[in-house]
Amino acid sequence: MFKLSEQGLANVKKELARYEAKESAIIPSLYIAQKENNGFITPDIIRHLSQVMEIPEARINEVFKFYTMFNQEPVGKYHVQVCTNISCALEGGREMASHICKELGVKLNEVTADGRFTVSKVECLGSCGTAPMMQVNDTYHEKLTPESAMNLLRGMR
Amino acid sequence: MAETKVLTEFYHLPEYQTLAGYKAKGGYETLPKALKMQPQAIIDEVKASGLRGRGGAGFPTGMKWGFLPKNGEPRYLLCNADEGEPGTFKDRMMMERAPHQLIEGMIISAFAVGSHKGYIYVRGEYVFPIECLNKAIKEAYDAGLLGKNILGSGFDFDLDVYRGAGAYICGEETGMISSLEGLKGQPKLKPPFPAVQGYLRKPTIVNNVETLAAVTYIVKDGAQTYRKHGTEKSAGTKLFSVSGNVAKPGNYEVPLGYPLLDLINKECGGMKPGRKLKAIIPGGSSAPVLTAEECAKANLDYESLAGLGTMLGSGAVIVMDDSQCMVDMLGVLTHFYAHESCGQCTPCREGTGWLNKILHSILEGRGRLQDIDLLVKVADNMKGKTICALSDAAALPVLSFVTKFRDEFEFYVREGRSKVKGTTYAEMHH
Repeated sequence: MFKLSEQGLANVKKELARYEAKESAIIPSLYIAQKENNGFITPDIIRHLSQVMEIPEARINEVFKFYTMFNQEPVGKYHVQVCTNISCALEGGREMASHICKELGVKLNEVTADGRFTVSKVECLGSCGTAPMMQVNDTYHEKLTPESAMNLLRGMR
Repeated sequence: MAETKVLTEFYHLPEYQTLAGYKAKGGYETLPKALKMQPQAIIDEVKASGLRGRGGAGFPTGMKWGFLPKNGEPRYLLCNADEGEPGTFKDRMMMERAPHQLIEGMIISAFAVGSHKGYIYVRGEYVFPIECLNKAIKEAYDAGLLGKNILGSGFDFDLDVYRGAGAYICGEETGMISSLEGLKGQPKLKPPFPAVQGYLRKPTIVNNVETLAAVTYIVKDGAQTYRKHGTEKSAGTKLFSVSGNVAKPGNYEVPLGYPLLDLINKECGGMKPGRKLKAIIPGGSSAPVLTAEECAKANLDYESLAGLGTMLGSGAVIVMDDSQCMVDMLGVLTHFYAHESCGQCTPCREGTGWLNKILHSILEGRGRLQDIDLLVKVADNMKGKTICALSDAAALPVLSFVTKFRDEFEFYVREGRSKVKGTTYAEMHH
């Protein structure tokens, strides 16, 4: 059964106090919980947040399911999100995603055997002028080539 | 003509991100002047400037502010920093390099519309811009530029950043308000418009990052000075995000009315060596595409582009060269809109998915000639039939790509491969 850490709990309570409508704290609280659970949300987490926030599970669940930045499945230590929308596609973003998957020996959205990487394709990340790009966890890496992207990933332990 | 840096003059200076650096270049000098003005005088100045919303719709900013009810209800100022339109990356640059410029614009705008609480709604992926904003907001609070009794004026304004979580539709103002309220970011029917009933059903003004930053310059130099840039109906300068197959992609600030091909050839250094211009989407992925011939006639203002059947939108100029397959590129766009439909309205939920399926059956070599007309028919039936404009945003690229590059679609159906690349979809990408 998932439980927020003491700090996590304090942070959720802080978010609850910040807004005139406590439901506004759902998205920030999901971020807090996702971070504490190695990058993904489980039904246990929804239940726990529901108790802490005194908001029905269904209400939190509908928000969780709507937004793509909340993961419903486990992800690797490094979540590699390659943009394949139009500006990146024009500059080889899709080929870069395929290259990374091939080099890491995984399909899209799978976790590598060592638990280090998950590769996903994502829609536009606002790096269109520096395409192609990928986001690894919270950090943008821009103006990549398939090789430079792999070099960056190889350096991540 | 060349770049005209009204907003971006100091963006090359790393210190411009800080309060000290911003102040050193005249930052926060306009705020005391504004706080001594009558709020209505600021609204009148913004109206007189002809400033139109820089997020995509191009609605006159002063007029939007004028829709607020005149009573003293609490009201909110919401900065739209969701920036989800593919091809657009201008607001990100502003938040990273000049966060105080946005904050000053927001304080002045809040004073004008009588708001004491503002939010900057930033797309969730923009972690670094959020850090930049939070740092700048803290600096502003510490300096008495935010909070109670700003600069001794008696005006209070609190500002907070809200991190979205990856939904394109939250860039639509009512979708954004839903998201801020802790709901699915689904748009709402209008009217009532947010200015009357927005966040928590209170009057709310939603403006784009670039729009709010421009307010400072209008108050500082006056509407008529601002109007010296641009055209009569499209006043001022605009940030254009250029991406795709050009030599120097990036953000460029030019006066509205600037010739599109000058932007490509002068600012962006033209096409990449050996390549020719094939097409440009001039205003973000939802804008109808222009052929190279049409680009030669296009100026970057609302009216010129509308005259060519497209739109200025968010100012995202996506450039395609002669090596690109238009069927393939449309496939990217239909996938995007099918992915991002919020699912609320049937024509959008079903239509975007249907367009995507038809497109990908063509790309995978299973297309029929009648599918090309079916694409047009489905897209035609999606326009203007939904709560928000996402359905139109999905339909317009389909109609323009198919109409203007029909030969490529017909070739693909007949041969099962791209006319331009000579290969199948699988060979292109796998």
